[in-house]
Amino acid sequence: MRHLLDVEGWSRDEADRLLDLAVEMRGARVARERRDLLERETVATAFYEASTRTRVSFELAARALGATTVDLGIAGSSVGKGESLVDTMRTLERTGATVAVLRHASAGAPWLVARETGLRVVNAGDGAHAHPTQALLDALTLREALGSVEGATVAIVGDVVHSRVARSNLHLLATLGARLRVAGPPAFVAGFETWPGVQVAGSLHQALEGADAVMALRVQLERDAGSGIDSVAAYARDWGISSERLAWARPGAPLLHPGPTNEGVELTAEVANGPRSLIGRQVENGVPVRMAVLALVSGAVA
Amino acid sequence: MTFGSVADAPATLLLRGARVVDPASGEDAVRDLAVRDGRIVEPAQLPEVAPRVEAAGLIVAPGLVDLHAHLREPGGEGAETIDSGARAAAGGGFTTICAMPNTTPALDDPGLVAELAGRAAAAAAQVRWIGAVTRGRAGETLADLEALAAAGVAAFSDDGSAVPPQLLDTALARCAALDLPLIQHAEDATLAAGAVMRSGSTAVRLGLRGWPPEAELACVERGLAAAEATGAHLHLTHLSTAAALDAIRAARSRGVRVTCDVTPHHLALTDAWVAGDRRFAWEEPGDPDDGLAYDGRCRVNPPLPARDDALAQLAGLADGTIDAIATDHAPHPPERTLVPFDEAAPGLIGLETALSLGLAAVAAGRVPLPVLLGALSVGPAGIVGLSRGLGVGAVADLVAFDPAATWTVAPDGLASRSANTPLLGRQLPGVVRLTVAAGRVTWDDGTVFPRSTRAAG
Repeated sequence: MRHLLDVEGWSRDEADRLLDLAVEMRGARVARERRDLLERETVATAFYEASTRTRVSFELAARALGATTVDLGIAGSSVGKGESLVDTMRTLERTGATVAVLRHASAGAPWLVARETGLRVVNAGDGAHAHPTQALLDALTLREALGSVEGATVAIVGDVVHSRVARSNLHLLATLGARLRVAGPPAFVAGFETWPGVQVAGSLHQALEGADAVMALRVQLERDAGSGIDSVAAYARDWGISSERLAWARPGAPLLHPGPTNEGVELTAEVANGPRSLIGRQVENGVPVRMAVLALVSGAVA
Repeated sequence: MTFGSVADAPATLLLRGARVVDPASGEDAVRDLAVRDGRIVEPAQLPEVAPRVEAAGLIVAPGLVDLHAHLREPGGEGAETIDSGARAAAGGGFTTICAMPNTTPALDDPGLVAELAGRAAAAAAQVRWIGAVTRGRAGETLADLEALAAAGVAAFSDDGSAVPPQLLDTALARCAALDLPLIQHAEDATLAAGAVMRSGSTAVRLGLRGWPPEAELACVERGLAAAEATGAHLHLTHLSTAAALDAIRAARSRGVRVTCDVTPHHLALTDAWVAGDRRFAWEEPGDPDDGLAYDGRCRVNPPLPARDDALAQLAGLADGTIDAIATDHAPHPPERTLVPFDEAAPGLIGLETALSLGLAAVAAGRVPLPVLLGALSVGPAGIVGLSRGLGVGAVADLVAFDPAATWTVAPDGLASRSANTPLLGRQLPGVVRLTVAAGRVTWDDGTVFPRSTRAAG
């Protein structure tokens, strides 16, 4: 695997292999083994959009395997002086970076870097398009909570249209054999009737009824994406997930959220912090999943 | 084959045994075609010393006319100039190109028209100018259309944006009085806001904001109503949807004076190209090559069409709904296309690939050859008041090409200053051997002859 651009088109075997490797990495991290696996690698994080958990999680993953890490610190770099993405990445490559972990507001930006440089590229989120490591850690979390994703019905609720997390989950969970529903206000699910194998539910009740797991998406208050709904209050009223509504799902069905949460909007504090919430597990699985990704992309693990 | 010896004066030559396809007369026959002192003559009228060239296998057609080219001069000379754009035209078989006014400054001033016409006098193609409809193309106040007409513009357009509804009736009425067409870029700015590719399942999958076909239809319908009310000649450019063609058919049946064009890339390419697919519209769909996804050189306005719309446009070309193929040749330097897809400057070059893409559609059985050649010559010529045809006595203005030969699109092989096209590396049918513009050879088997060369010779 030269790059991790997306999980679209993955086979079941590829997905299982990566998730198995992540489990192995989790053990190795605890045991402080494999600390030399990436000692020849320089992993650069280039986050053109703000992020804390994803960037930190990649850095910790790289360091746990012995890589040198460098953060591009976009805000203070020459990017602010108008340097193009391709020029910045070429410079990064010349200074010795071998792997670029890229987050960018433009869908497809990692494809451009993969084509135009010799860097191995890990997509840490591109516009509304893909967030493959989030989907991988979600899949690992779900697999461990449910035993298997095969045959499970997963409901994804929220701003699906603008969500790279939703798109990557739709690809990967389908690969793993899940049945998928999406739901939200019309502007948040527009066009998804064309997505193969996905059911667009007409209401939150329809989406959650009998679901084996529920994934709430972040309402991106900081983007103009919020303009697709009447108001945040109306969203919370019609689509917010409370304990009562979570009861529509299969008894004990777990709840996921990619974070950071807007408590009181897409879910209540009670749900977010309740016994069925896997939000903490998702964060914990972030580092081992990214260790596995970096090991595969760098060629350290065949 | 070379015509180098005849390139520095009005052409005199004999093409022996060429397939002559003249959409002006309907002729499609294998025969000799003679040119003497820049005019088409009977072969018997040629002097004995005239160069005679074996042209069996070549197709000879009227010189191609492009209604829609961006030459970027003044203000964008890094991407193209009048000279380089005209060279690209000659190599692509075009003998007349119409330069769009979205330059910097915009072509809204008669003095600028005169100055550019002076610069174009030595170019390798005839250049006609499209004047801006509004001052600075800002869509606020109308330009001095009458003065621009007196300076010789062939039509008016605010291409890049539509002439806004509140100015359209007045603009069309003044165009009608001048008997010049108004070329409308048919896009409703509100409906298209923020969109970067055609709406549909591919846009949803790629996470890119989709451009709804209603953005074109709304503007087309507004334009047709205004043309009907004013009696003006409305020309709708670079159409991309089946719905727009249906609206035009209906308007024509009511007698509305409307013509339209499509680009080669809205006939041959589809929105799947944004996902990395490189199949033509008429080929069976399949899995795209993911490595080629999000190429900024596939971004264009209007966006590359859904496959059904591309096929509808091929049908509209074949049935005569579409009057012309126009290139929308839009050169950009690499720094404007080698960027994330939604940041890329829209548009691709087309002068050197238009005929070849058309021939690929012909080879696929989608368009008859005479229809293709008509839409590239006689059709657009009529819209801007030019004549084309291969009859005896006419000024020799023609292209001779080998439809069986192929070439590979490569930056080094292009005369344009820019190479922004997703066709790079692609092998295409059709090699232009000879271009004769207004009686003079401008392209001879790979060599361009701008008129400045001849003046020196």
